Amino acid sequence: MADAVIVVALLLVAASATVAVATRDPARQALVLSVLGVVLAVLFTVLQAPDVGLSQLAVGSALTPLLLMLTVRKVRRCGRDEEQKR
Amino acid sequence: MSRRVRLWLVLTGGAGLAVLLVAACLNLPSFGGDRHPYGDRAVRASIARHTANVVSSVNFDQRAFDTLGEMTILFGAVLGCVMLLRQTRDEHRARPEPAEVAPPVRRYALLVLPVALVTGIYVIAHGQLSPGGGFQGGVVAATALHLLYLGADYRALERIRPLGVYEVGDALAASSYVVLGLAGLLGSTTFLANSLLPYGTFNTLSSGGTVPLLNAAVGMEVACAVVLLLARFLDQAVEIEKENGE
Repeated sequence: MADAVIVVALLLVAASATVAVATRDPARQALVLSVLGVVLAVLFTVLQAPDVGLSQLAVGSALTPLLLMLTVRKVRRCGRDEEQKR
Repeated sequence: MSRRVRLWLVLTGGAGLAVLLVAACLNLPSFGGDRHPYGDRAVRASIARHTANVVSSVNFDQRAFDTLGEMTILFGAVLGCVMLLRQTRDEHRARPEPAEVAPPVRRYALLVLPVALVTGIYVIAHGQLSPGGGFQGGVVAATALHLLYLGADYRALERIRPLGVYEVGDALAASSYVVLGLAGLLGSTTFLANSLLPYGTFNTLSSGGTVPLLNAAVGMEVACAVVLLLARFLDQAVEIEKENGE
């Protein structure tokens, strides 16, 4: 039973990681990364490492995607300003 | 060094690393076993010092010096970000307009904010007892504050977030970890030794000697560092603009 849960969690991680690599738009990629963070947290919890799972949940699914989204917004705004100047 | 020699160097190094990794993997304990030489010793040492969460005992007692290094890495990284993302001479700050927020988003954010904040503080405070600790709780508490940006707008967030206080808090927490480590020298001859305080009753908030104190220092450092980091990114994304009239 426990092994089946581990296999399912591993497959989910592999699937969402593949989607994250295949997504080209950085803003969407940040969202997929956040889903990947949640799935990884599940995997760590299933593997009896709840401490690492909590770190992953806080950093991987909240902080990193947020920083990415803010960076994308800044870069897009700079691009828009450049176009207005021309 | 020519291209050919470099390629050979990489290949030799890579092959050596691969051989060592494979050899190490062959000697690993099998997956999911219930006996582990290091795990058994860590659990024994942790229980001897009345720390219920063995991971916290490893982080803040048995390997407290490693945690000092990790904390310093975070401190340095955030310091670097704060320096790089500061407002430069050819930029100015534009006050962001008060933003329209959809009522369900506002309700959700304002409802979840206190819950998330208390969860973060709970995780820090119970680091020596249950899974979690200073790092996890610090990140949760710091990101919880930013729900105010979702629920209201950037000005509301800036009002509850005086950056100077967080800068001082970050530095104070980081140095208090070192001071606690030096205090360990009083009772023994080892830096960061857990010998200063009584170990207390197993599975209570004050158990574990210096573990709860070091845990709280890391929690405060991480929370302040994450708030400062997000503040710089938000400033760049929302407020700071390049001067147009050049």
